[in-house]
Amino acid sequence: MTTIEQRNATVTPTAVRSPEVPESRQAGSPAVKMSALGINAFFGKTQALKNVSIDILTNRVLAIIGPSGCGKSTFLRCLNRMHEVAGGTMTGTILLDGQKIGSEDPVLLRRRVGMVFQKPNPFPTMSIFDNVAAGLRLNGFQNRRALAEIVERSLRQAALWDEVKDSLGKSGASLSGGQQQRLCIARTIAVSPDVVLMDEPASALDPLSTAKIEELIYELKNRFTITIVTHNMQQAARVSDFTAFFYLGELIEYDQTKKMFTSPDKKQTEDYITGRFG
Amino acid sequence: MDSRLVQAPSVSTGTLQGDGMTPVPFGAKSAIGRLMPNIGDFVFKNLTRLFAIMVFSLVFLMAFEMYRGSRLTIDKFGWSFLTTSTWDPVQGVFGALPFIWGTVVSSLLALAIALPLSLGVAVFLSELVPRWLEGPLSFMIELLAAIPSIVYGLWGVFVMVPWLRITVEPFLAKRFGYLPFFTGAPYGFGMLAAGLILAVMVLPIITSISRDILKAIPNLQREAAFALGATRWEVTKIILQGAKSGILGATLLGLGRAIGETMAVTMVIGNRSDISASLFNPAYSMASVLANEFAEATTDMYTNALIEVALLLFGVTIVLNGLARMIVWGMTRKYKTP
Repeated sequence: MTTIEQRNATVTPTAVRSPEVPESRQAGSPAVKMSALGINAFFGKTQALKNVSIDILTNRVLAIIGPSGCGKSTFLRCLNRMHEVAGGTMTGTILLDGQKIGSEDPVLLRRRVGMVFQKPNPFPTMSIFDNVAAGLRLNGFQNRRALAEIVERSLRQAALWDEVKDSLGKSGASLSGGQQQRLCIARTIAVSPDVVLMDEPASALDPLSTAKIEELIYELKNRFTITIVTHNMQQAARVSDFTAFFYLGELIEYDQTKKMFTSPDKKQTEDYITGRFG
Repeated sequence: MDSRLVQAPSVSTGTLQGDGMTPVPFGAKSAIGRLMPNIGDFVFKNLTRLFAIMVFSLVFLMAFEMYRGSRLTIDKFGWSFLTTSTWDPVQGVFGALPFIWGTVVSSLLALAIALPLSLGVAVFLSELVPRWLEGPLSFMIELLAAIPSIVYGLWGVFVMVPWLRITVEPFLAKRFGYLPFFTGAPYGFGMLAAGLILAVMVLPIITSISRDILKAIPNLQREAAFALGATRWEVTKIILQGAKSGILGATLLGLGRAIGETMAVTMVIGNRSDISASLFNPAYSMASVLANEFAEATTDMYTNALIEVALLLFGVTIVLNGLARMIVWGMTRKYKTP
């Protein structure tokens, strides 16, 4: 936790936007992309998150680990207000580029903070091309040539272009599981979001497809800020720069991945990472 | 531990030598039991198979019987039975076109009214409704399907037809009288009445099947659309696009119901074998003519003509329903194994 405090201390605020937000986190700092401050999340009467505060750094991969039901997926969903779709509520503040989210239309937020799900979910009635173009079309994007360019670029970035360039008209559902997931990633990054959230993106895939997704995450962090929820310790260690450990709805420890996996501060973290519980 | 180690080999030698390990079938004591070890299973399997075959063959038998029963008119009139409009039992001249016309137009009219309504209700029930309201609302809609058609017919005669005659039809004639559909005297009884009452009757079918189709689309699809920044309406559009073929199936099932519906239609359609563009005019449907005239069919030719109408109705509904079921099944299967 200390490293975050130090990092925040170096951030110089350039604008004051919200009085209840600590000064150190209000700025449009290049380093901090999103901040969660004192997040509590509820589904009905059950509390899924308890006072979680985290900074997400620009162009870094944050891995969120923890046993099932620890609230990591809920936290991820709070970041683009997808928890509301499932009927959840939230208190606390989330900042994106120093600006508080929650007051504006969630639709606008989700266009800046995209999401990839555990199970590949391309739209089965749409072609591969239309799947990637879906988000752009929702944004009212009409120019056909520019659309084709963005679709190609997104598919290239998602390392899928070479496999599908001759069959862009085919149904998205005709691809293999791993390809479908990369198609979903292409669909998500096509709208050029700032942040890409991934909810166990490889847990439904075979090892080879998983390796491809991990490679992809490594590539993508140059352009996007990525937060990934994973059950796989090795995956967290391989792809992430920072790791956060959640347990029973609380953030137990958050640090650089290297430190978390070699000498974590908390005993609970060590126990979980070494497989002694969870 | 020790005793198990010692015993283990002795058990295994037992299996090699003794016959105690060969399975003893049930009922092995009786003679039949020895011949057919699973006599119960055999009887059960073939009995149920027989029932299944009976249902299946019933359809073909009915079709064959109706074909045989209508040989006279089929041979005499051929295809002109379907394309001419003289229905004269006295002269023995039969053309079923007005009935076909009445059935087709009233059913399509019903679909045109019911489809948008049903889709709206189905979307509301699957996408928007608060959970506490979903149960009661679905129940009410399915209850509509359980009301006997004679009740609809009676309500049509005493409530809807007067309302059409006094309020709706004069209004339509005044405002839209330049259209050929709204000309002529407002009788109340007629094509419009039949279309309306059929619309109420097919509404629950199309609604409940469309709702099931929409609900069969996994939530992941909705989440995918939401996560792309789609609004509620845009998500619904994407979901509807995915459900297109299933909704077509639901519509065809509704059409099948409308085409075959007899009692309510007979009571309000006016029962006059005319072909007219105006929806105000009385008409006749295939089902109605059967219901009204089977008792009067005194000559063989007359009976044969009626049976041929029945055969036609039978064929059309079977094909429509089969097609619709296939579409609906295909649709739900597609989403079960993504």
